[in-house]
Amino acid sequence: MPWSREDMAALAARQLEDGFYVNLGIGIPTLVANHIAPGTKVVLQSENGMLGMGPFPYAGEEDADLINAGKQTVTELPITSYFSSADSFAMVRGGHIDLSVLGAMEVSESGDLANWMVPGRVVKGMGGAMDLVAGVKRVVVVMEHSAKDGAAKFKPRCELPLTGVNVVDMLITDLAVFTRASRSEPFRLAELAPGVTRAELRQKTPATFLD
Amino acid sequence: MSNGPGSKVYGDAVSALRDILKDGQTLMSGGFGACGVPENLIGAVRELGARNLTCISNNAGLDGFGRGLLLQTRQVRKMISSYVGENKEFERQYLAGELEIEFNPQGTMAERIRAGGAGIYGFYTRTGAGTLVAAGKEQRIVDGETFILETGLVADIALVKAWKGDTEGNLIYRKTARNFNPNMATAGRITVAEVETLVEAGGLDPDQIHTPGIYVKRIIQGSHYERLIEKRTLRARSGGADALVS
Repeated sequence: MPWSREDMAALAARQLEDGFYVNLGIGIPTLVANHIAPGTKVVLQSENGMLGMGPFPYAGEEDADLINAGKQTVTELPITSYFSSADSFAMVRGGHIDLSVLGAMEVSESGDLANWMVPGRVVKGMGGAMDLVAGVKRVVVVMEHSAKDGAAKFKPRCELPLTGVNVVDMLITDLAVFTRASRSEPFRLAELAPGVTRAELRQKTPATFLD
Repeated sequence: MSNGPGSKVYGDAVSALRDILKDGQTLMSGGFGACGVPENLIGAVRELGARNLTCISNNAGLDGFGRGLLLQTRQVRKMISSYVGENKEFERQYLAGELEIEFNPQGTMAERIRAGGAGIYGFYTRTGAGTLVAAGKEQRIVDGETFILETGLVADIALVKAWKGDTEGNLIYRKTARNFNPNMATAGRITVAEVETLVEAGGLDPDQIHTPGIYVKRIIQGSHYERLIEKRTLRARSGGADALVS
């Protein structure tokens, strides 16, 4: 049985180490915050200018001046600080953020990422994704293994316009987890979802990976 | 409030912009989504009717709010933005070829504005290397890594929103409404600020100033703030899973 969105978020949350500064993207990556192990101190960065992002507010306590990068209302914590967009991306680009979890449309076997643009469709923009993959120390991608029409998303090369070249360190799909020790190495299968066979995974994965 | 000759203080947004706003100018405006947007000043740009504008702002505004207002009135020729997801009128004009858009990665855009305001011609960054963003840009390979040259951005007029300001133009922002505002304040040939609370010089703690007054040429007390929330996400009081309420 393939992993659910919450399962995938929980798998990504295992990558969060005590003391990490982390940026979570929109979608499944946002759910990662719900799965941080008790006793693990993780500081969430929101690239619109906040470090130490707290949970959603209680009704009546929401503040129009306090939102995350997904434009959702959030709260502050005793550790919170605020800063400008230039300072925020200095943190990102300067390698001060330990880990980022992002969604994807396609990932290539050499770690290229495409997640911002589909030619012919209305382009909304890349937001902070290109900066995050260029600057954050470790990038974990969480995505469905196949598109809704069944098309493979982990492939030899990305066909969509890229967000970054050779930037993905770990790929979590609903079928499997792929990881690599460095960006000069190929991906290796680290874990299969319950009931998913190697043969089925190979059949649905045009990308080359090690067993 | 001291608003005699030589004062930076103007009575309202229209009077602060009337003699400086011109067709064909480049305008920067602060804000991230609906948060920290100079609503009063954008309303004045709409009222004064300058056309053929190039607008530098992270988002294109919402339909009927913020920069979205200037799209409705067809005053914008070109946008420089990082993400324009929530604006149907933007989509329509873009698909009809009536509006030009230059997408910048958000951090690159912020740094281009910072550089512009600090007199720095450009900088080399890894962001966007090997992507469409790198097309036509100078590249430099250092220790095997590719960097692309991005240039500084300035504007004829920068419009910023702060929480508090004083008659000298010193500004303090509030929470995530800060975003691009302090960076843009440095990068306008003329920067105009609107604030929720305007006080006499001496009314703000000098140690808490985010934007020093040297960057701000004109300042107004804003009014009628909408406090718009795009995605009202809430937590259940009884504990348990976070409830999403939009």
